[in-house]
Amino acid sequence: MIALLIRDLRLAVRAGGGFGLGLAFFLIVVVLVPFGVGPESGLLSTIAPGILWLGALLACLLSLDRILALDWEDGSLDLLATAPVPMEAIVSIKALAHWITTGLPLVLVAPVLGLLLNLPGAGYGPLVLSLLIGTPALSVIGTFGAALTVGLKRGGLLLSLLVLPLYVPTLIFGAEMARRSIEGMDATPPLLMLAGITCGTIALLPFASAAVLRVNLR
Amino acid sequence: MPDLGKYAQAVLASYAVSIALIIALLVVSILRARKMKAQLNEVEGRIKSNG
Amino acid sequence: MGSIWEYANPKKFIATTDRLLPWVSGLALLALVGGLVWGFFFTPDDYKQGSTVKIIYLHVPSALMAINAWMMMLVASLIWIVRRHHVSALAARAAAPIGATMTLIALITGAIWGQPMWGTWWEWDPRLTSFLILFLFYLGYMALWSAIENDDTAADLTSILCLVGSVFALLSRYAVNFWNQGLHQGASLSMDKEENVADVFYYPLLLSIAGFILLFIALVFLRTQTEIRARRMRALLARERMS
Repeated sequence: MIALLIRDLRLAVRAGGGFGLGLAFFLIVVVLVPFGVGPESGLLSTIAPGILWLGALLACLLSLDRILALDWEDGSLDLLATAPVPMEAIVSIKALAHWITTGLPLVLVAPVLGLLLNLPGAGYGPLVLSLLIGTPALSVIGTFGAALTVGLKRGGLLLSLLVLPLYVPTLIFGAEMARRSIEGMDATPPLLMLAGITCGTIALLPFASAAVLRVNLR
Repeated sequence: MPDLGKYAQAVLASYAVSIALIIALLVVSILRARKMKAQLNEVEGRIKSNG
Repeated sequence: MGSIWEYANPKKFIATTDRLLPWVSGLALLALVGGLVWGFFFTPDDYKQGSTVKIIYLHVPSALMAINAWMMMLVASLIWIVRRHHVSALAARAAAPIGATMTLIALITGAIWGQPMWGTWWEWDPRLTSFLILFLFYLGYMALWSAIENDDTAADLTSILCLVGSVFALLSRYAVNFWNQGLHQGASLSMDKEENVADVFYYPLLLSIAGFILLFIALVFLRTQTEIRARRMRALLARERMS
C-alpha cells in the first residue's frame, strides 16, 4: 500500500503530473477576485475567508480527474483491481495522494494569498486550520466523483456537476469556521461539524467509491 | 376572478409558470412515450419478419 | 394476486400500468383542478399575506413532491442494488425529471411568494436554498444516466450516486440551516406550511396535494413504460447488429 502511495506521489510530482497547476489556479482565482468586485479593502476583508475557501475548492476540483484517469487509460487500474489489496484501500490511497499533492499545498499557500485579500489578522489561524481539516474531505469526495466518471471521454464537466453539490456542507462549515473566528464568535460548532464530515467521508465514502470502480471495471 | 389586490401579478405569475411547467412535462412525457412505442413496434415487427 | 414483485417483470408492469393509467390520470386531473380552482376562487385572503396565500396550493404540494420523488428514487435504487429488478432502476430514472420539475416549481413559487415580503426576487432563505441544492442533485443524477451507454452500468452507478447524494442532501439541509441562522437574521421567513394553516385553506390544500401525488404516480407509470420500451429496443437493435 505504501508502495502505491509513493508511486502516485511520484507520478504527480513528475513533469506532466500537474503538480503546480492547482496552486497556480488558486493564485489566479484570488488575483481575479478584486478585479471582479472592486479593490475596496473593507469588502475584500469581509469576503476573504469565503474566497480563499472557494479558490481552494475549485483548485481541488480541477485536479480530480487525474486521480484515476491515467491509471484507467493505461490499464493499471485493472491490474490494481486484481491485487491482494482491497479496492477500498486503493481508493483511499488515491485520495490520500491527491490530498498530499493538491490539498496540502493549497493549505500552506492560503495565508500568503490571504494577504492579497486583506484577510483580518484573527482569521489566519482559523482559516488554515479549517482548510487543513476540510481539504481531506474534498479529496475523498472528489475521488468518489472521479470513480463515477472514470470511463467517460469528456467527463470533466459532469464530474464538476456531480461533485460540487457534495462539497457544499464542507464549504459551508469551513468558511463559517473562519468567519466566526474573525468575528470573535464561538467557532467550535462549525469546527466540529467540519471535522465530523471529514471523518465520516474518510471512513465511509471509500466503500461507495470502491463499489463504483468495480462496476466500471467490469 | 377574485380581487387579488396588489399581489395580482405575483399570484397569477405563480399559477401561470407552475401550470406551464406541468403541461410541458406532460407533453414531453406523452410524446416520448408514443414515439418509443411506435419505434419498438417497428423494430419488433422488422425482427419478426426477418427471423 | 401474487406478491408485488410480480410487477418487477417488465411486461407485467406495462400491462398493469396500461390498465391503471386512465384511472390514475383521471383522478389526478380531478383532484388537481378541484384543489386549485377551490383554492384560487373560493378561499379568502390571508390577514398578513393578502392574496399571495393562494400560492400555497402550488408551492406546498410541489415542495412535498420534490422531496418524495427523491425518496422514491432512493427506494427504487436500493431495490435495484439488492434485487436487480430492471423495472426498479428504470422507475428511478423515470421519476427524476418529474422530481426536478417539482423542485423548479417549488423554487419559482417560493421566490415569487417571498418577493412582496422580502423586496427582492431571491433570498438565501434556508428552505429555498435547500431546494436549490436538491435541484442540483437532480441534474447531476439525470446527467449521469445520460452519459453512460451501458444500461446496467448506468443503473449501478446512478443508484450509488442516489444513495450517496441522499446522505449529502440531508447534510446540506443541516449545513444550510446553520449557515443562515448565524449572523444575518433578516431572511428567516415564516412560510409555515402546516403549522398555522387554517381549516378554510387546509382542505383545498389537501386536495391539491392529492392531485400532485396522483400526477406523480401517473407520470412515473408512463415514463417507466417508456424507459422499459427504450431499453428493450436498445437490446433488440444490439442483437440485430451482431447477427
